[in-house]
Amino acid sequence: MTSYWPSLIGGMLIGLSAAMLLLLNGRVAGISGILGRLAQGAQVETNAAFAIGLISGPLLYRVGAGQWPPVTITASLPVIALAGLLVGFGTRMGSGCTSGHGVVGLARLSPRSVAAVVTFLLAGVATVTLMRLVAP
Amino acid sequence: MNRHAQILTALASGAIFGIGLSLSGMLDPVRVRGFLHVAGDWDPSLAFVLGGAVAVVMSGIFVRRRLQNPAFGDAFHLPATMPIDTRLITGSAIFGIGWGLAGLCPGPALAALSLGLAPVALFVVAMLVGMTIHDRLIAGRTNTPALRRAP
Repeated sequence: MTSYWPSLIGGMLIGLSAAMLLLLNGRVAGISGILGRLAQGAQVETNAAFAIGLISGPLLYRVGAGQWPPVTITASLPVIALAGLLVGFGTRMGSGCTSGHGVVGLARLSPRSVAAVVTFLLAGVATVTLMRLVAP
Repeated sequence: MNRHAQILTALASGAIFGIGLSLSGMLDPVRVRGFLHVAGDWDPSLAFVLGGAVAVVMSGIFVRRRLQNPAFGDAFHLPATMPIDTRLITGSAIFGIGWGLAGLCPGPALAALSLGLAPVALFVVAMLVGMTIHDRLIAGRTNTPALRRAP
């Protein structure tokens, strides 16, 4: 049986990161927002610092754990490219992703974030279910 | 002084986020899609990740109510209360479809760049293109300042 402790503790670290950014810098740890602002050239120093920290996270994990965290890509390159386009477009249109709406928005009990999370979860479940039906 | 503290905070916050994602197993698209595959061999891990994260941020929100300003910032930049609208729902649905297709969302995709896998790099580039297409075509047309629409 899989142990869910690493998932719970990893989630709490994500929460600590978001709480820290909010209490110290007054900013929401929403990755799509941070990336979007970076792409637009807004608050470049802090947004770039967060992105660099985020990218170095798995590296630091490797130093501590002695191995890379698993990343298994099964989708074909055209599907990956289409998915990236949809994720980028959708998170800008919907003003957030799993971190901004999912972590910070839900913790703030924001009705907009609750609606967003329910919507992207349902859309994700529907997409995976359909794909498994077509190609199990 | 405050600017340097802000940059260091952002760097540390990003690193803790990335370590948390790595430990949680959510860098792996197979695990994420396993959570979304409720009709099959469901993997509930993502619920533990989200639950743990939300619980910690809630205590942070509790502390924030007692503060006038953030330690290193001029003000709390939190999105104003706005009604649930079509943009929010349509955008979130489009995001959810992309999330289900690849099992990647912005945070894990960016963090996983450090592993040097070509498909992850392709995803991140496509995601940035998608963001730019939105901001150039849609946000400009409706005259909504995209910068201010944080979650």
